[in-house]
Amino acid sequence: MEIGLIILAIMLATLLGWLLKQSFNTQPWVAEAVEESAYQAPFNARPKLVALVTFLAVVSSFFALILSAYALRMELGDWIPMTEPRLLWANTVILILASAAFQWTRNQAVRGDAARIRSGLLVTGALTIAFLVGQVVAWRQLYAAGQTLTLNPSNAFFYLLTAVHGLHILGGMYVWLRATARAFGGREADAVKQSVELCTIYWHFLLLVWLVLFGFMLAT
Amino acid sequence: MGYVAIADRDHEEEHHDPDTFITKYIWSQDHKVIAIQYGITAIFVGVIALILSAMMRLQLGFPDTFSFITPENYYQFVTMHGMIMVIYLLTALFLGGFGNYLIPLMCGSRDMVFPYMNMLSFWVYLLSVIILLASFFVPGGSTGAGWTLYPPQAIMQGTPGTDWGILLMLASLGVFIIAFTMGGLNYVTTVLQARCKGMTLMRMPLSVWGIFIATVLGLLAFPALLVSAIMMLLDKTVMTSFFMPAISSMGQVPENYTGGSPILFQHLFWFFGHPEVYIVALPAFGIVSDLLSTHARKNIFGYRMMVWAIIAIGGLSFIVWAHHMYVSGMNPYFGFFFATTTLIIAVPTALKVYNWVLTLWEGNIHLRVPMLFAIGFIFTFIHGGLTGLFLGNVTIDLPLSDTYFVVAHFHMVMGVSPVLVVFGAIYHWWPKITGRMYNETLGKWHFWMTFLGTYAIYLPMHYLGFQGVPRRYFAMGDTDFMPASAQDLNAWITIFALFVAFTQILFFVNVFISLKSGKKADPNPWKATTLEWQTPDTPPKHGNWGHELPVCYRWAYDYSVPGYPDDFIPQNVPPEEAPAGRQHGVAEH
Repeated sequence: MEIGLIILAIMLATLLGWLLKQSFNTQPWVAEAVEESAYQAPFNARPKLVALVTFLAVVSSFFALILSAYALRMELGDWIPMTEPRLLWANTVILILASAAFQWTRNQAVRGDAARIRSGLLVTGALTIAFLVGQVVAWRQLYAAGQTLTLNPSNAFFYLLTAVHGLHILGGMYVWLRATARAFGGREADAVKQSVELCTIYWHFLLLVWLVLFGFMLAT
Repeated sequence: MGYVAIADRDHEEEHHDPDTFITKYIWSQDHKVIAIQYGITAIFVGVIALILSAMMRLQLGFPDTFSFITPENYYQFVTMHGMIMVIYLLTALFLGGFGNYLIPLMCGSRDMVFPYMNMLSFWVYLLSVIILLASFFVPGGSTGAGWTLYPPQAIMQGTPGTDWGILLMLASLGVFIIAFTMGGLNYVTTVLQARCKGMTLMRMPLSVWGIFIATVLGLLAFPALLVSAIMMLLDKTVMTSFFMPAISSMGQVPENYTGGSPILFQHLFWFFGHPEVYIVALPAFGIVSDLLSTHARKNIFGYRMMVWAIIAIGGLSFIVWAHHMYVSGMNPYFGFFFATTTLIIAVPTALKVYNWVLTLWEGNIHLRVPMLFAIGFIFTFIHGGLTGLFLGNVTIDLPLSDTYFVVAHFHMVMGVSPVLVVFGAIYHWWPKITGRMYNETLGKWHFWMTFLGTYAIYLPMHYLGFQGVPRRYFAMGDTDFMPASAQDLNAWITIFALFVAFTQILFFVNVFISLKSGKKADPNPWKATTLEWQTPDTPPKHGNWGHELPVCYRWAYDYSVPGYPDDFIPQNVPPEEAPAGRQHGVAEH
């Protein structure tokens, strides 16, 4: 459970540090007139960003706990490591490209270039779908080689981790779809800017999760 | 121009008042209606779980008497009772119910920041409840694996409900976690982003603090339950071996499971399970602080300490989980570590108890119904907390593990105590929620019979535990170590369990009479300081505050401030109109 604990400790420490800043040396029992500064809104009052960051904390906890379970299971004597298909390297490159493409799209959104946002969204979508297809192909290769889900625990963990990661990407694709529909619906660049920004954060985050998962699976 | 608070912005957006019956009461996006929907659903399943516990008690008190309670039924009742009470009643009621109702009103905002997601959260929760209850009616019935659902027995033949019951249970938990996450994101974001002007974090009432930190715990801990549910579902359906070891039964190996680790499930489950205790307890801590302060007309003792105790308990609750697993064959050094952290958590908890008692010290105590429940909570919580010290120590836990002592401990600390707060909170906020008063006498009867009745149930249970009477047994049979009087005690407990269960009818009668013909409530009947009592309408209308949002000038505990005619100063009274808080009172001493 060390992995889960470390990730949790980092997240809780962040929250704690922030709370400390808010509450240290205050005297709540003193009433005072309200100045602008009395209202301490963090993150420039962007509720969707705060909600996304909170959600990413939930997802981090989720993946950290599966990895913890993975590590705990490995400690038992009868662990049989699995050889990951080489296709995963290509998939990783594709996901990195998708993340980079989203970053580019975001930069265009900040500049307000509607045409480029549209093409950026299409490229990102295509790359992400390519990643998902690649993952499914990797599964099929494994199955063809007799490395089935139920063969042993390391296989089961591999399929579980790739599946839940893929599902999180699919969830992101739903938001991507909405942003794309809005971008092609002739809305102003400003109207898609926030969704593109939030999607970009989500894509970077899932790329990070994938790199951690992939690294962990390669190392074991 | 600087930023504009979210709460101030919404007049720029379209602000639809719901007008049809459907949008107002069914598909409502109003946090108050959603809170009531959550509350009614949670109390409904809670009553089912109460009936299940009465059935269990019938069997234990009078074995071989009721032919309709088979061993299979008994285990199903135990399982469903535990699961419903912990998750579908208490978690849903405190966070979905009180969280939804109180956060926007106490923080001075018009609604949750994502009302649509909030509505979805309730409907998904309702779906999880329906899936859960459906498991009573599938072939084989609901699962009988115990609320901890330990593998391998949870999915092995021989345990009741291994065909459909366990599937529905795991699915229902998954759906519940989705519902909770949608709600939880709302609560956290609303607390962080939508507070009214002047409502700094350190001016928030402790109720909001408790709910906020409990939500953070829930968001980080429920994934552990989700992970274990997914893995067990895979073990059950596609025969993976996350938790299922190779099992030979009667010389044969009937299942093709190999290499799973049942202990892994215990780690994951309790990594969720222990924070879950505090997901239930922290909102209760917060709410009880506000009830005590309001009805004792005195500021809460050590507000900042109380906030930091809540945060400390929240953080510590993540590193004590294995104290549920002392008998699982763990490394003794682990046991030592977890015993230490468990005892450390008693420090902030005891601090809170002292502060509650010191809040009452020299207070102007009004023994109204909510106050009775709040003081009752202090008793039951101290009681349950002290037995926790016994069980937190490995050497004392080993002989007491899986006896009725454990049952008595956790019912006292996270069953009776939070439920007393639930009732106290319902009585306290009832006038605001419904706009009507309830019958005070009936409420007091409800309190005394419940409070004394639970002691009649659980005190003898500790003694049964010391005698070594094991929990989860359908029937004790003839054993040497148990005296015959243990059975008499069991009968006594059953009689009082039924008594307390029937006593709850008083509550529903009170609710019914109040709704039908209750006296119209004053907008602020308890003369409380917090913002929810200062709304222009009672019950508050959609949007809560009329045209103008409140501005907060002071903390929530300005009671009996010297030099002010009233014994309370609401949070939205500017310092020019009333003394600038306790500071003066303190300085004069």
